[in-house]
Amino acid sequence: MPTPPAETPVLALEGIKKQFDGVKALDGVELQLPAGQVVALVGENGAGKSTAVKIMTGIHRPDAGRILIRGAPVELHRASDAWRHGIAAVHQETVMFDELSVAENIFAGHLIRNRIGLVDWSGMRRRATEVLRSLDSDLDADAPVRTLSVAQKHMVEIARALSHDSRVLIMDEPTAALSAHEIDELFVIVRRLAARGTAILFISHKFDEIFAIADRYTVFRDGSCVGAGPIAEVTQGELVSLMVGRPITELFPKAQVAIGEPVLEVTGLWSDDVEDISFTLHRGEVLGFYGLVGAGRTELMEALFGLRPVTRGEVRLHREPLAVRSPRGAIDRGMVYVPEDRQRHGAILALSVADNVTLPSLSRLSRLFLDEAAERAMTRQIVERLAVKCAGPRQRVADLSGGNQQKVVIGKWLATRPQILILDEPTKGIDVGSKAAVHGLISELVQDGLSVLLVSSELPELLGVADRVVVMSRGRVVRVLARAELDARDIVTAATGSTPAGALP
Amino acid sequence: MISPLHRRDAVLVATLCVMVAAIAIRAPVFLSAASLDTLITDGGILAMMALVQMLALVTGGIDLSIAASMALVGMVTALVSRAHPELPVALTVAIALALGLVLGAINGVLIAAVRMPPIVVTLGTMSLYRGAVFLVSGGAWVNAHEFGPGYLAFPTARTLGLTHIVWIAAIVILAGHVLLNHARAGRELYALGGNRSAARYVGIDESRALMRVYCLTGAISGLAGYLWVARYAVAYTETALGFELQTVAACVIGGVSVAGGKGRVLGCLLGAAFLVILLNSLPMIDVSPFWQMAISGAAILAAVIVNSRDEARRGKVILQRPGAAKEAA
Repeated sequence: MPTPPAETPVLALEGIKKQFDGVKALDGVELQLPAGQVVALVGENGAGKSTAVKIMTGIHRPDAGRILIRGAPVELHRASDAWRHGIAAVHQETVMFDELSVAENIFAGHLIRNRIGLVDWSGMRRRATEVLRSLDSDLDADAPVRTLSVAQKHMVEIARALSHDSRVLIMDEPTAALSAHEIDELFVIVRRLAARGTAILFISHKFDEIFAIADRYTVFRDGSCVGAGPIAEVTQGELVSLMVGRPITELFPKAQVAIGEPVLEVTGLWSDDVEDISFTLHRGEVLGFYGLVGAGRTELMEALFGLRPVTRGEVRLHREPLAVRSPRGAIDRGMVYVPEDRQRHGAILALSVADNVTLPSLSRLSRLFLDEAAERAMTRQIVERLAVKCAGPRQRVADLSGGNQQKVVIGKWLATRPQILILDEPTKGIDVGSKAAVHGLISELVQDGLSVLLVSSELPELLGVADRVVVMSRGRVVRVLARAELDARDIVTAATGSTPAGALP
Repeated sequence: MISPLHRRDAVLVATLCVMVAAIAIRAPVFLSAASLDTLITDGGILAMMALVQMLALVTGGIDLSIAASMALVGMVTALVSRAHPELPVALTVAIALALGLVLGAINGVLIAAVRMPPIVVTLGTMSLYRGAVFLVSGGAWVNAHEFGPGYLAFPTARTLGLTHIVWIAAIVILAGHVLLNHARAGRELYALGGNRSAARYVGIDESRALMRVYCLTGAISGLAGYLWVARYAVAYTETALGFELQTVAACVIGGVSVAGGKGRVLGCLLGAAFLVILLNSLPMIDVSPFWQMAISGAAILAAVIVNSRDEARRGKVILQRPGAAKEAA
């Protein structure tokens, strides 16, 4: 349990619980933000950090537990309630109105009005400039936000928070898109805000930043708080252990499959946002890809699948050079990609299960007209094989649960009878049962001689399912670990690119 | 994709029956053979054009230039007929289809290759093609006595008691049904309109599919332009003015989503039937032209409201899941 700081925290969460569709996101979370201190919140993806932020900013309401402001319980029904209580958030991806000016963005939702109720442009410009100057920023209050850099947009968001006289500032991975220099500038501002007495929650995956800026730490794992205290009393190794230290018992089934000959060989591949990538995928192998958000894993897979141009390098499939310029080309050569964002790239929600499943295989199922008997057979086979829970092949995919939607998306690719399956965060946001089903399926597929590229941010998943893990950071491959040497701490350390593995205790 | 009568189809059929009954009580002449013949011939053109409009709507686009294409192709075929009165009908039909295809291809290139929004492109070509009617005709009309005899006779001639216009419309609608429900290309249109990005991920060639759609709407518009001019035996600059909006209205009433990905042939036909009965019957029961417009407008709004409520109910389920998925991640 966290040791409470001496004085009453500005904001505290007590025993907060939250479920989504039966999936536990938060299971009795504790968090305390004292005035004038920077608290670092760390945890794996899926540990519940973002959900906690959404509860503190009034976007979600907790199922149980209390939110305390200076010791008094409050209810946050909507975002404006959080603002009113002085809680402001700066998001990883900035939430901005690109076509509006800096001043309008700062005062979005509470535009300054004059006596007759019209917008007081000059007053707003003046106030905006004041707030920006207090942050040592020389941004022009009239500049349209779309002309700003990401760092400058963060500045505007912080200014927005200050314009509310916020007592609590939540920063959700604010450095993800910033350069080293911009991060330094951000830290100067964070320290200045803390010195004024603002309580700051700083969410980051990067340990060097956490140790540079935080006064205290809190670690989330699986929706609960597993450790908290002053940052001076903890080491990076201890933090990593707290983050990943889940019991080995819930590991995933791993089929023992003989690894065969090389299937896909990538040598010195360059594309947008990835540099000099080399790896080999063998028959029957699950090759895991780990990295932080923005490490270039998805970009790499998109390049392999023909969604991004490959600018340099060579890809060989079964020793034959493979030049993929469009997804069609990749699909025809037996390589398919299950994207991370099911809603956007995966399922076509308005269409039925059958129509989704057969979509990539239509060329095989039709001459002049569609062979509807073959379509039905294919759909039945996939629905049975993946145990998709649906009322029937005619049910709309929109009406299925997240896990079953994911099964339909994977199923439509399996129906094309691929040799290489690229899975991008296949279990993100699905319930435990569906997760196990996906993992079981991966094992089955490699037993059938498929090869899998598995992009995942969940370490236990990679440790359980992958034969080897490629760790990426800033668009490059930084380490490749064989199954025998797979170790959660090594992987996290390589991905955060801070200290070499040997320096850990 | 062939489904039994959906709930909204049933509602539409019931509304149609009530409407026809009410009109027949006020004006029994509405149910006379002559009146029904007019109705089905008018309805044929509207239904077949609503169907091609639906192709564009299903992909998430729209074709506002179809009425202008009809006018332009109608005028060109009329001028050709005036110059060569003995031209065989088959050649007239070929010219209409080919010219329509060219007009549609212009839309297609701008939408599929230059990647401009369909509403902007077809709004532009709508004016362009309408202006071209004036240019080729000098603003003059081509009147009944100037056409070649075959030109006027064929579309209004009858086989098995129905005009050829009705038969041609039936063939177009049947072909559309086969395309949308039994061919790969049709399925890909729904995929494209339902989720453009996912369609790309499964290797659907978006440009080629869109090009096909607008070429097809163009070609059928050309054919319909000839039928229209022959039916009314006059070609002038304002031929079929505003007809593109009637096709959109018929689709919307029939449950076609203007956001793409959703629309069925049966719904489209019922929508066209509803609109054509409304438009043809109001004058018979002595409703003033002003009220005619207001009433048809109200009917369209009612259909849109029914649609959007339907969508909102669905939407709740769609919106909850991704949210939940994200949170739990």
